[in-house]
Amino acid sequence: MLELIGIRDWIHNSLTELISEDCSWVVSLIEYVLIGVAFLAVYAVLALILIYVERKVCAFFQCRLGPNRVGPWGLMQSIADMFKILLKEIIRINNTDQFLFKVAPFIVLVGSFCTFGALHFAKGIHGVDFNVGIFYILAISSLGVVGILLAGWASNNKYTLIGAMRCGAQLVSYELSAGLSLLTMVMLAGSMQLSEIINVQEKSWLLFQAPIPALIAFVIYLIAGHAETNRGPFDLPEAESELTAGYHTEYSGIQFGFFYLAEYLNMFIIAAIAATVFLGGWQPLQINAEWAEDFNNVMNYIPTWLWFFGKTFALVFLSLWVRWTFPRLRIDQLLKLEWKILMPISLFNMLLMAVWIIWIK
Amino acid sequence: MINYIKDLVSGIWALLQGMYITMLNFCRPKITEQYPENRGKKVMFERFRGELVMEHNENNEHKCSGCGICQMNCPNNTIKIITKQVTLEDGKTKKVLDQYLYDIGSCTFCSLCTQSCPQKAISWTTNFEHAVFTRSKLVKQLNKPGSKVAEKKAPAAAKAEGAN
Repeated sequence: MLELIGIRDWIHNSLTELISEDCSWVVSLIEYVLIGVAFLAVYAVLALILIYVERKVCAFFQCRLGPNRVGPWGLMQSIADMFKILLKEIIRINNTDQFLFKVAPFIVLVGSFCTFGALHFAKGIHGVDFNVGIFYILAISSLGVVGILLAGWASNNKYTLIGAMRCGAQLVSYELSAGLSLLTMVMLAGSMQLSEIINVQEKSWLLFQAPIPALIAFVIYLIAGHAETNRGPFDLPEAESELTAGYHTEYSGIQFGFFYLAEYLNMFIIAAIAATVFLGGWQPLQINAEWAEDFNNVMNYIPTWLWFFGKTFALVFLSLWVRWTFPRLRIDQLLKLEWKILMPISLFNMLLMAVWIIWIK
Repeated sequence: MINYIKDLVSGIWALLQGMYITMLNFCRPKITEQYPENRGKKVMFERFRGELVMEHNENNEHKCSGCGICQMNCPNNTIKIITKQVTLEDGKTKKVLDQYLYDIGSCTFCSLCTQSCPQKAISWTTNFEHAVFTRSKLVKQLNKPGSKVAEKKAPAAAKAEGAN
């Protein structure tokens, strides 16, 4: 009843009824436009929600109340901030590479939006479903680093350049263990297609199908994914106290807003991928036992989009919790953590998963 | 190899401890004061130095003898004491307080005046709402109009009170 798939089918059916069969391309065109608009809207609204959530959670960790003046409980705060940032002047900076300077925020945004488009939000609600879905996500989400490097280079400023270089080193390093831990789960699921991975988890989530290697992969993916969002203890590329604002020091107005938007959405995307691959995406929690049938039925009543967003926001909260707990790493500690700890463990974990699949499962 | 695993486990344990501490803070009641809403309800702690006042009893009498020690002790000339000579009934003249002027705009709330006052005539209140529209309003006269010095108790009585 509450499933979004009903709305999808209703739109499709009414469009095909309305338009004659000869020009079915018109139906496709209208649907493409609708999907594009819907994705853009969800992208923007999620960013607003995430900014509000971040500010509230941060405040609570610091024993403050956070925004509470604009609207009830400060709910309108991020909307007011959005209008403020839209009205701000975009400052033109002398001695910068104007073309690259302007194109960099778009590349960052496009990278995160393309990843966003591949997510599965609910039963039957997704933009694209490639047979190499995980591979596509890993590839397109690393596009952002190009934009960040361009931003740092084009700004013609030592802070931005150092920030961008750190960001490049960090993202390229952590991409490895994030990719390896996702591949471990692909081994277990037996497919790279996201819809297939979700279907495999109908009876029990992948995290419970092979508890030990999956848990290790889950933790490693969360750490590496968190590092890829340039937040929390891994915020060296921005490092306010050393580099003013890192690679986006020279940006203002909506150009800065794009970096901001992409950062928050990347946090959501990392949580969403972790929820999809490890916690079953939009699949409800099921216990594989005789006595748990009533429990399973109750869980099935909860709409699938609620499952997806619930899991994702739980992981987003975990990410915020980590961010407001740990102090920033030094650059050598950052690289040591990746190359001496996470990388060997995820390689070993891949082996363990292979053993598990062959002998235990 | 053993050390590597030991380091790893102890490191993870330390991180979890840190996360436990922040979670405790997350669940703690928040200390932010909702100021304009809790106006009048907020009680400042007793030690808070908000504003210098001169206590008056029910007969509109204060304890200030106009000696000027507070004025001398004030590091930045916040206090200005204006005295006048009055003739008593028995023909003697006496120096009494006319105006006790206190400029809160230059006060650093160091409390040297209240500590040095021999009569304990001035003290602090916890009122913290000092905003006014002009600077001249920051200068306040602490002795109420028409007030006079309280009659000193008999030395024996004063001694007995001091003993208490």
